[in-house]
Amino acid sequence: MGVGIEVRNLKAWYGNTEALHSVNMQMGANQVTALIGPSGCGKSTFVRCLNRMHETIPGTKVEGDVRIGSTDIYANGTPAVEVRRRVGMVFQKPNPFPTMSIYDNVAAGLKLNGFRNRHRLDEIVEKSLKQAALWDEVKDTLKKKSGASLSGGQQQRLCIARALAVEPEVLLMDEPASALDPISTGKIEELIDELKANYTIVIVTHNMQQAARVAGFTGFFLLGTLVEFDKTEKIFTNPSDKRTEDYITGRFG
Amino acid sequence: MVAPHNALRKPVSSGDQAESVMRVVAEKPIAVRRSFADRFADAGFRWLITLCALSVLAIVGFFVYELIVNSQPSLKEFGWHFFVGQDWDPVSGEFGALPFIYGTLVSSFLALLIAVPLSLGVAIYVTEMAPGWVRTPISFLMELLAAIPSVIYGLWAIFVLAPILRVYVGPALAKSLGWTGFFSGPVYGIGMLAAGVILSIMIVPIIASITRDVMAAIPQTQREAVLALGATRWEMVRIAVLRNARTGIIGAIILGLGRALGETMAVTMVIGNRPDITKSLFAPAYTMASVIANEFTEATGTLYASAIVEVGLALFLVTLIVNALAQMLVWMTTRGMPSRAHGQ
Repeated sequence: MGVGIEVRNLKAWYGNTEALHSVNMQMGANQVTALIGPSGCGKSTFVRCLNRMHETIPGTKVEGDVRIGSTDIYANGTPAVEVRRRVGMVFQKPNPFPTMSIYDNVAAGLKLNGFRNRHRLDEIVEKSLKQAALWDEVKDTLKKKSGASLSGGQQQRLCIARALAVEPEVLLMDEPASALDPISTGKIEELIDELKANYTIVIVTHNMQQAARVAGFTGFFLLGTLVEFDKTEKIFTNPSDKRTEDYITGRFG
Repeated sequence: MVAPHNALRKPVSSGDQAESVMRVVAEKPIAVRRSFADRFADAGFRWLITLCALSVLAIVGFFVYELIVNSQPSLKEFGWHFFVGQDWDPVSGEFGALPFIYGTLVSSFLALLIAVPLSLGVAIYVTEMAPGWVRTPISFLMELLAAIPSVIYGLWAIFVLAPILRVYVGPALAKSLGWTGFFSGPVYGIGMLAAGVILSIMIVPIIASITRDVMAAIPQTQREAVLALGATRWEMVRIAVLRNARTGIIGAIILGLGRALGETMAVTMVIGNRPDITKSLFAPAYTMASVIANEFTEATGTLYASAIVEVGLALFLVTLIVNALAQMLVWMTTRGMPSRAHGQ
């Protein structure tokens, strides 16, 4: 099951540049939250702060509180590795492991966690691939084909399956469909709709129609601040902030 | 469109336009002449680079031919026994090259044993762990190591490495690992171990710098993919870096091994130059390259000279076989798997 996310006064830096200015946000459990905004507005940085990926870039810094469920992920005793196991992530470009078979790609996270029971592994790999709507397309070549031999859309669903296999509580998606064709994009969107039953999903997107289609809530970022955060319907029909309105009507960005 | 005339570069959308373009070309014969010159240049260039490629083939062929022709007397006299014989006695005309083959293989293997982990460590540190300001100086120094002439390495090995081995390392190894038989007998400092160590120092820059380049070419998204699954830094290195770079790493090791097998000067200076096969690494040994360098000038008589050439032939063959084996290893580990992520 998904858990809620609570962000308080989150600030993030790249070197001396402050990329996020005190963001406050609450995302409900089993909700799909979309983050929109022009390039460089900090939405990707924000998502990367939710699973402590931001700090893997040299010279970066984070301040503030992020709670995933009941865990304060930036508290002193919380290891980043533990956080990332509970918060899955799908990236902009599909990044399957090219030297591993499809099966090993999905099982990679479990094997990292010391999971060795072959029978259970088989089950979880199958379940994850089914959840990612890829099972039927790859079931015959699971162990024969490399993860990189699939098409772009299939690779991205493989990456989703890989993230799901470790059974996270939250799934972060950083423009998961931006490198894909419309049909693959449609499949990913359908998938997000199904996955929200079990996961809390945060999706960054450049595509406003996509946000409107998949998300219950939408946040609009501009220049490192969260300008407006509300129900998707409200954001797209009757935004409270002039800047949001300008952005969604295409006046800038 | 063949003619590189400007008019032809304009987008041609309708038949009318195409016609007018053709007219322009026809009115300006210069364009035609240029295209002829271009075509000539194209053909000439093609021939030129084909010749370059063929010259490699010719050189290799010439080498093998000369080696075989000049080693005829020895080949006829000893046949296959040359490669398994253990006696090398120019005075009585007895020539067996096994001690040299053994010396080359063992010293190179020792070098790899030391250099591979060290190089991987250097490359991983430089690409994955080192802060930016350390990265450049380390890489620079590493490449500088590769530029030092081998005779300097040899001198350093005689005056610095050999005494260290004799006084400190040798006795310690004899005490702790003497029971294996690899570290027994008197420690001269000079011998197989010294050759292996100096070779390893010489091939570290090659293996490390190529490995570093291969690792640096791995897309950052691969590392992030592993980290996002909850991997530790070491697990990230193992899965995203070492696994993806393995073909390149093996390639780097092959290049290092090639250098170690053929290295002459530094090895000759410290290996002790005694054609014996001894289990102990403290004992002096001899390599194929060293015996050629040492004895060619004094090889009197056709049989002796041709035996030396045949040692060269053996070195050539050993290098060839080792490279073929390494290629097979690469092929076997990567069968059906592309070596790198596509489009990233």
